[in-house]
Amino acid sequence: MKLTRRAFIGTTAAASLSAPLVNAGGHGRPKVVVIGGGAGGATAARYIAKDSKGEIDVTLVEPSRQYYTCFFSNLYLGGFRSMDSIGHSYGTLAAEYGINIVHDWAVGIDRGAKTVTLAGGSTLNYDRLILSPGIDFIDGSVPGWDVSSQNAMPHAYKAGSQTELLKRQIESMPQGGVYAMVAPPNPYRCPPGPYERVSMVAHLLKQINPTAKILIADPKPKFSKQGLFEEGWQKHYGGMIERIGPDFGGENVSVDAGAMTVTIDGSVEKVDVCNVIPAMKAGRICEIAGITEGNWAPVSAHTMQSRIDENIHVLGDASAQGDMPKSGFSANSQAKVAAMAVRGALTGSKVFPAKFSNTCWSLVDTDDGIKVGATYKATDEKIAKVDGFVSQTGEDAALRKATYEESIGWYAGITSDMFG
Amino acid sequence: MKTLLSLTATVLFGICASAAAAGDPEKGAKVFKKCKACHAVGDGAKNKVGPQLNNIVGNAAGTVEDYKYSKALAAQADGGLIWDEAALLEFLKKPKAYMPGTKMSFSGLKKESDRENLISYLATFTDTDTLAAAPVEEREVALSEATLSIDGDVAYGEYLASDCQTCHQVSGESDGGVPSIVGWPRVEFVYAMHAYKQKVRPNPVMQMMAGGLGDEEIAALAAYFERLE
Repeated sequence: MKLTRRAFIGTTAAASLSAPLVNAGGHGRPKVVVIGGGAGGATAARYIAKDSKGEIDVTLVEPSRQYYTCFFSNLYLGGFRSMDSIGHSYGTLAAEYGINIVHDWAVGIDRGAKTVTLAGGSTLNYDRLILSPGIDFIDGSVPGWDVSSQNAMPHAYKAGSQTELLKRQIESMPQGGVYAMVAPPNPYRCPPGPYERVSMVAHLLKQINPTAKILIADPKPKFSKQGLFEEGWQKHYGGMIERIGPDFGGENVSVDAGAMTVTIDGSVEKVDVCNVIPAMKAGRICEIAGITEGNWAPVSAHTMQSRIDENIHVLGDASAQGDMPKSGFSANSQAKVAAMAVRGALTGSKVFPAKFSNTCWSLVDTDDGIKVGATYKATDEKIAKVDGFVSQTGEDAALRKATYEESIGWYAGITSDMFG
Repeated sequence: MKTLLSLTATVLFGICASAAAAGDPEKGAKVFKKCKACHAVGDGAKNKVGPQLNNIVGNAAGTVEDYKYSKALAAQADGGLIWDEAALLEFLKKPKAYMPGTKMSFSGLKKESDRENLISYLATFTDTDTLAAAPVEEREVALSEATLSIDGDVAYGEYLASDCQTCHQVSGESDGGVPSIVGWPRVEFVYAMHAYKQKVRPNPVMQMMAGGLGDEEIAALAAYFERLE
């Protein structure tokens, strides 16, 4: 055996031989199973497969054959991108990187036996498991709304059919109608996301329905890039957007999907479109695995290993890691640290100190891009912010255009970093 | 082949010289400051991130020795593209529109007079026998010989590079406002990163990324990206 696996891995691998081996085609290569094929999972799978040069058997479990990125899905609502342009398949990861792509749902994890059960009935063994399932919604966080209301009141916070549905509803609004958004409480996926969405909806309405109104009920006193968004809303969409924060009851909201009403602090509003973005928690497979504390899965900043089970790494939105925002960029950055740690543990490859970075671009209107970003390091306690920047109010049009063009470059970069 | 190319260049030179006369070379020298981060011109000019530009005006595209062109430019060069004034005027207006896939990350010169002046300046470096001396090389930042001579660790660079590849594609392709950084000469990469680190170059994302890197790390990245094709 040419592999130089660390002793404790050898021991646990040997112990697991007593478990039934359903997926026994690995010829003794260490096995990594990745659950979730988004910015965290696809990146981790690709880097492990690429850098281990075949020494590690990588399986990626993802229900969707065509993956639509949440990032840039607001630009679809605004008419700046087609749905096709934000859709990606896993063909290259399978064909060029040798990753075993399984389109199925993971429904069970046995941490003792180190196995994953799929909805289709089969079982996968792992030496290391990477969970990157994104988010799920917390039942009851917006009274009157549950997933059975998502056709009447879409969340559109997982990209794809929900995003298309929301856009059709906005396009069908009567002239002068009301689009309402119930914004989520912290922490949630993509901090500027709801506000970029408002900008893109306003951009669309300005063209097709200029007397329409946008109403935001927001439980948070402040939000990401607030000054920049509010400056842009005033400049481009004056009088169209109203935000009700917690000081005016924005945290006391319920909805009635049958009557299409939003009740804010006792006052009932009849609306035409209601985009409910509920409170969030780690994707449910983390709860099933028993590695959550509260709503999220705590991890070590050095390796992204679960604080509860060192054979499991958790990436992206689902993890509780410290200072990084829940973004695709963050998940991609964390995936590289985890991939290096997993290779180090399973093949003895060199492990360098963890470094992380994030930048979130948002589009306010045509050629009006803004951004916020930071670098991070691993401490024993958490992922800790080192340095950061944010766009400034009053920037000139050329700089805003350059910022938008940079975001287009980033989109092409990160998606080729994820999907090969 | 080489004879044929220089013959073409000579024939075309007459046309170009008159067309380039529309511009003012002195003003063009000032416009060229926008190009200098990536291009050198003049006696002894060497390839940097972009090819050296001696004899560019009126010459066949894609013929500078030892420069690795984008597939897009190579294909057009095979198709017989000549950098006459008309072609350069169009290309420099918006390089990525004229030549999709070019690795020249420059948004372009909107003003026609800027382009005419620039071309007339470049045309003064066309006659290789009487080439004007290269303008004194002014780097954006001063770096010590010690910093420049660090022998970067390619393996470490490969790991650090994963942070860059969230935006900069490893294939060398580029979209939108994010340039390709694949295959850059090591020294150019080092200067560019230190220019961001010292906040001489303006982009805040790059200032932040470079700001978190030490001299050894920049050298490691430079060594890694130079080897990539």
